[in-house]
Amino acid sequence: MSVRSIAIAFAITTMASLSGSQAAYQGFAGLGSAAEGFSVPKPGLLFRFPADHGPHPDFRIEWWYLTANLEAPDGTEYGAQWTLFRSALAPTEANGWSSPQLWMGHAAVTTSENHFAAERISRGGVGQAGVVTGPFSAWIDDWQMTGHAVPGADQLADIRLTATAEEFGYELRLLATGPLVPQGDNGYSVKSATGQASYYYSQPFYAVTGSLSLPTGNVAVTGKAWLDREWSSQPLAEDQTGWEWFSLHLDTGEKLMGFRLRDEGEGFTAATWITADGRPDPLPPAALKIVPARTAKVAGRQIPVSWNVRIPSRGFDVTTQPLNDQAWMSTSIPYWEGPIAFEGSVRGRGYLEMTGY
Amino acid sequence: MTMWTAATALLSHWRQRPLQLGALLSGLALATALWSGVQAINAEARASYARAAAVLDQNGLANLVSPNGLAIPESAFVRLRRAGWNVSPVLEGEYRFGATRLRVIGIEPLTMPAETNSVDLENAGELFSFITPPGMLVVSPKTAEKIRGQTGLALRVSDRMLDGAAFIDIGLAQRLLRRDGELSRIVIAEEQRPGLEPLGRLVPALSVREPNAQTEVKHLTESFHLNLTAFGFLAFAVGLLIVYSTIGLAFEQRRPTFRTLRCLGVSLSRLAVLLLAELVFFAVAAGAVGIAIGYLVASLLLPGVAATLEGLYEASVPGTLSLRPEWWVSGFAIALAGTLVSSTQSLLRLMRVPLLAAAQPQAWGRSSEKGRRFQVLAAAALLALSGALLLWVDGLQAGFGVLGCLLLGAALLLPAVLSGFLTLMQRTSSRALVTWLWADARQQLPGLSLALMALLLALAANVGVGTMVSSFRLTFVGWLDQRLAAELYVAARDESEADRLRAWLATRVESVLPISSVDAEIRGQPVQIFGVVDDPTYRKHWPLFVGTPDVWDRVASGDGILVNEQFWRRERLRIGDELDLASDWKAAVVGVYSDYGNPKGQVIAGIDALTFRYPQVSRLRYGLRVQPDQVADLRSSLSDEFGLPPENIVDQAALKEQSRRIFDRTFLVTGALNIFTLGVAGLAMFSSLLTLSEMRLPQLAPVWATGVTRRDLALLELLRTLVLWLATFIAALPLGLALAWVLLAVVNVEAFGWRLPMYIFPYEWGRLGLVALAAAVVSVFIPLRRLAGIAPSELLKVFANER
Repeated sequence: MSVRSIAIAFAITTMASLSGSQAAYQGFAGLGSAAEGFSVPKPGLLFRFPADHGPHPDFRIEWWYLTANLEAPDGTEYGAQWTLFRSALAPTEANGWSSPQLWMGHAAVTTSENHFAAERISRGGVGQAGVVTGPFSAWIDDWQMTGHAVPGADQLADIRLTATAEEFGYELRLLATGPLVPQGDNGYSVKSATGQASYYYSQPFYAVTGSLSLPTGNVAVTGKAWLDREWSSQPLAEDQTGWEWFSLHLDTGEKLMGFRLRDEGEGFTAATWITADGRPDPLPPAALKIVPARTAKVAGRQIPVSWNVRIPSRGFDVTTQPLNDQAWMSTSIPYWEGPIAFEGSVRGRGYLEMTGY
Repeated sequence: MTMWTAATALLSHWRQRPLQLGALLSGLALATALWSGVQAINAEARASYARAAAVLDQNGLANLVSPNGLAIPESAFVRLRRAGWNVSPVLEGEYRFGATRLRVIGIEPLTMPAETNSVDLENAGELFSFITPPGMLVVSPKTAEKIRGQTGLALRVSDRMLDGAAFIDIGLAQRLLRRDGELSRIVIAEEQRPGLEPLGRLVPALSVREPNAQTEVKHLTESFHLNLTAFGFLAFAVGLLIVYSTIGLAFEQRRPTFRTLRCLGVSLSRLAVLLLAELVFFAVAAGAVGIAIGYLVASLLLPGVAATLEGLYEASVPGTLSLRPEWWVSGFAIALAGTLVSSTQSLLRLMRVPLLAAAQPQAWGRSSEKGRRFQVLAAAALLALSGALLLWVDGLQAGFGVLGCLLLGAALLLPAVLSGFLTLMQRTSSRALVTWLWADARQQLPGLSLALMALLLALAANVGVGTMVSSFRLTFVGWLDQRLAAELYVAARDESEADRLRAWLATRVESVLPISSVDAEIRGQPVQIFGVVDDPTYRKHWPLFVGTPDVWDRVASGDGILVNEQFWRRERLRIGDELDLASDWKAAVVGVYSDYGNPKGQVIAGIDALTFRYPQVSRLRYGLRVQPDQVADLRSSLSDEFGLPPENIVDQAALKEQSRRIFDRTFLVTGALNIFTLGVAGLAMFSSLLTLSEMRLPQLAPVWATGVTRRDLALLELLRTLVLWLATFIAALPLGLALAWVLLAVVNVEAFGWRLPMYIFPYEWGRLGLVALAAAVVSVFIPLRRLAGIAPSELLKVFANER
């Protein structure tokens, strides 16, 4: 059994054609785009918490995606990623091995010199991986994201995050200093001109303390983190081949989420401007402009690692630089994911994800 | 003188005596053939066990198992994963697809470590089919053929898969085997992250089985392979006797040549090198032929062996042979080693012989009185050792030790016994010619003794193994009659059909005997626990070996159990001993029954006690008691009423026939090896008589000169050969019976766990005697024809020119 085939299977259901793997795409094009029997996001739905922190098994794909920009006392910068993907083979849940839910975890730590990444894959139904609320817990094997919020507060307001792999690990505590933020149209995030969409909300206001364990030893860190929650059944149009996705912490305390989905034409961009007190301002399509500023050879391919990101309507114009050009996730579905810094009209830190290269 | 000239001088000997060369080469080739044939079979079988262990049991990796054999809860797997351990769950069991029973191995493909190479699903689509309903079976091409159409599951054929087994998804395995939430073992991957909590703290109830631990099949089949090896070795030893006598003779006969060569200036060391080179050449040539024959023999026997191993041990071995370097290399090695060992004595003697000593062809053949006494002493020591092993040492190896010492000791004793017999005959005869006949036979004995020893061994092995097999068969058939008491056996396809079947049968048959069993582990051994109802059938027929008077009452009440003989012996149980059958189930052993042909331990308990502890036990199979004349009617109404396929309704006669067939197949190989061994012994006899006839002219010429015709001389020769053959045959009978007894009472107990009563089959001896007689007559035929047709001038020459 090659892990690769599992992962490719997973990739097709989660990231659809974005994996860029021709063979996988051809083998499973049907699966990638149609929503057979699965629920489809519709505009106008209001999130209900804490239920919506938990899984939505009637949707094909879902993720709990956390990225953190961290700093040691000596000023050394780090990035950390913790992601749990859910992928359903059928729109139901069942106890035991007959559960059609598959889970995949990715964890990574980025330094200016190294990028460590690890992956876990599991079936649902038996307790090896899953997400529950009340109290909140998301886990795959020994990687965990657990909620410790006081009663009455949002269950994600205080979370602990652990992941350990052969070369690295971390233990982080995240305290939310702001509210949950719905993306797009009150949580309905459109992904293409033809109407593909997902449900999407974020918690971009985490203050982080904790420690990283690296081959060189343990490092105490503090910093900022951003959690994305997204679920859908048919997130992308068939001609979309990959994306660039930015989550930016501005030094002003404001946040910016923006993405571009690449297609045969100009691509589809969307962005949400978030005020320092957590009010979202969804920008109209095409308000965000991104242009590659520098490419680097990463894992044998040329990838634009530095970007010029502009929102002319807001006078926002920055250039991003990665902490490490080689932040390549050599997981079964490979992609680029790493911490970035930006300067221009405003300075700050953030995370960049690029798929389909 | 050049090396080459010396070599041609030495080799010219063989040109003059092609029969001798033939005997040497064929003896060596046959010995190598049997040895390497047996090794080829063993190597093939062992390789397939290793493959099975690696592929099916993931035995290259450590496994977590439950020491008391109870199921492992799935939660243990989850606990380990959540503590960071890289582990994968496995659930195994047997499942019937139509008439085919498969070992199903439920695995979890996402966590199964890649290095186990268990399932080669080619793409994601196959993975989905594997893990999602209805599910998929990964099977060998042969198994796929058998079960095609018998199951709604998708079939994925994999060449790497072994016959009789199927990989399925763990979830499907739990469903099919009705073992929800249970695991048989947990595979531990090699790669683990640092800093893990120790297993002993996480899952204290489980123990680690180290990688490459000996598997059950390997353990069970060990005795079978040891048996084969012993046979191969016996044949090889007999073959070496031929080589030994032929080489000895050839050296003696070439003494004049050696002397001449030495006088012409060939150094002793050069001569030795030449002779050694000659031997090595013969060994390699004969070894190559022997390996080729061995391959042929092995490929002819392998299907039978494979069938036996499958029938007896459920071990799957392919019926085709692959050329494995380990056996052909070992074949050459043993041919060389055998040749060198058998020629050491001759080579040493060559070193010691004085340059100008007269050639004494007879000196070689005539062993001194001292030598004979030594031989008798050695024989006595071996027999004593055999007795000591029998009395004080346990184990299969000791059993074979008893056999080996007994056979070798008896063989060494044979010349002394025969010599005594001939002396006695010589003393009691009054006619001069008869007295001469006996005396001459005695004088001939040393030269023939090796061949006679070979004959003795071959005959004794035949008598012994024949007696063992026939005794076994007789016991087995009688036991089958007792054991298969129900007239009809029926298997329902699912539980609801089983319910309807029971209700329907209630009024139609005398009694319904459920056949329900679970696999468990007792005292660390895999054991099947059967549940029986309280029925007169068992009280009347069940073949009890030992038992308390109230055995069936105690079984019915649930506090007593029966164990099969092999488990009883292996665990040295006594009546009254308590066994842990499950975590909350203890019961006392109240009886022991014979259970031939089953390698595993078995326990019989009351069915209520069994279903109480194992509520999920399958209740699909039943034995039905009906009047014998109603069997056919019941059978047809069963298939009409329930639409049961024919393979689900088996009558007693068919079942017995099937069991007998398996039994006979089991001993097919033994029979074939027996015949080969006898053939080698016949060849030894032939080559010895042939060489003797050449040397005997000086003894015969004076007798001829006193007026005995050549025809009468030939007849006397025939008579003498027959007398020696008869004496050896008679000596072989008690030895064979002793051998049979050791096989039945010692080796069988150690190898299989059952002891069998010994029956005697004089008719079979008669047949064997005739075969051996034919071999003796054939072997004496050429020398006799030569003698009868010898020119009188040749005989006269003896007087004219005494060498």
